Amino acid sequence: MSDGGGTTAARVVITGIGLAAPNANALPAFRQALLTGKSGVRRITTRYMGEVLAGVCDFDELKYQKKKELRRGTRAGSAAIYCANEALADSRIAFGTVDKSRVGVYLGVTEHGNVETENEIAVIKEYNYDVRFWSHHHNPRTVANNPAGEVTLNLGITGPHYTLGAACAAGNIGIIHAAQMLRLGEVDLAFAGGVSESIHTFGIFASFKAQGALASHPDPTKASRPFDRDRNGIVVSEGGCIYTMERLQDAQARGARIYGEIAGYAINSDASDFVLPNAERQAQCMAAALRKAGIGPDDVDILNTHATGTKQGDIQECQAIRAVFGSQARVQINNTKSFIGHAMGAAGALELTGNLPAFEDHIVHPTINVENLDPECALPGLVLNVPKRIDKVDYILNNSSGMLGINSVVVVKRCSRRSSS
Amino acid sequence: MTRDDIRAAILSIIKDIAPDEDLGNLKGDVRLRDQIDLDSMDFLDIIMELRKRYGVEVPEADYQKLATLDSTVEYLEPLLKSK
Repeated sequence: MSDGGGTTAARVVITGIGLAAPNANALPAFRQALLTGKSGVRRITTRYMGEVLAGVCDFDELKYQKKKELRRGTRAGSAAIYCANEALADSRIAFGTVDKSRVGVYLGVTEHGNVETENEIAVIKEYNYDVRFWSHHHNPRTVANNPAGEVTLNLGITGPHYTLGAACAAGNIGIIHAAQMLRLGEVDLAFAGGVSESIHTFGIFASFKAQGALASHPDPTKASRPFDRDRNGIVVSEGGCIYTMERLQDAQARGARIYGEIAGYAINSDASDFVLPNAERQAQCMAAALRKAGIGPDDVDILNTHATGTKQGDIQECQAIRAVFGSQARVQINNTKSFIGHAMGAAGALELTGNLPAFEDHIVHPTINVENLDPECALPGLVLNVPKRIDKVDYILNNSSGMLGINSVVVVKRCSRRSSS
Repeated sequence: MTRDDIRAAILSIIKDIAPDEDLGNLKGDVRLRDQIDLDSMDFLDIIMELRKRYGVEVPEADYQKLATLDSTVEYLEPLLKSK
């Protein structure tokens, strides 16, 4: 790898993928699940609330961690370690020869620390709120950099690590930040994406319920149903998705397999509301990402929506898409949350990842669970319930947005599978 | 609790805190940290578990008395005798 070879014009590519999704623990299985309609949502019991619906992961926690490390760390840290190691193996980087001080870890998180704080309060409640029973592990588990820091401890990485707190726009932002740091020459290799342990905090369920935005359905696998007329809210999920990202020249030099190139991106703020999205700002964010990619709306082949299954949020995003792409757009539109629920900090990265194989197989995975399409969400290119094969896939646009009005868009461009070819 | 009960109780705590370790060959008179992977955060876990399971409060000044399995039994015997 080059030493500090970054330039603002440097091209950045994805060369390895590790993921833990509610319906799969590696990309081939994840893709298969998205093409066959396999959900990862089920009932769980959570503190104080009883039964709720959630996207639950079952990755092998002990594949890359000892039992003691698992006990000491967090669920988000564990997901991050699993995904980072899987990405590294997938990338075929000879990590032993890599200068670890030139490696960065940049992970998006929606929130971090609520799980541990709730757990500790439950513990001291058993001891009449005597704080002598509050764990010394609480602080290292709840510092905001925890999931990224656990990755550096596990892999011996001595370059920068931190999380990027960006609500549900965070997964994209981990990827965007890595591209920026690679371009600046701050690092030569980045582990980037997002993680979520949110299903282990009752607070996120209780808050969405209080907001009238927690999904319910007699069949858990049908609960997450963006764009459906009868959608009634969000299914909270856990998960992780981490890429190895490199500058194109470095990837080519080692003959790396390339999943795609970060062609463009944008992040902006609504500056309008704590929770309600803003279609105008979302449209501006998509338009800015397209400008940065140097392409127009008609060049985009697949658009993966953020839509979470809330009444208003889905409509707002559809308005934003209409504003940018027009009502006769050729772009194919899908949604991943209909399968796995809302993986929070991991959502953007997982959702983009599920579409990357389309560069090769030209298949657009659908949005499932749409029995009655909401007329207000009836975009022309929506791929509903069954996959759709298209002639070519050169550009994929991934939309994310989150509370406090943050939007993030990543545009990925097809590269030849082998950079040397 | 007898001395054997106390020894078993300590080993049970260590087993939870260091689940990857084989405690079968642990020597009673050699520092625990020299035999198994046990750092200061783990040691604080032992203190916490003694507090939670047996209501025993070990002051910081006495931490050094818990260096080996034998010295820990010795230290806890008067505190756990009536438990």
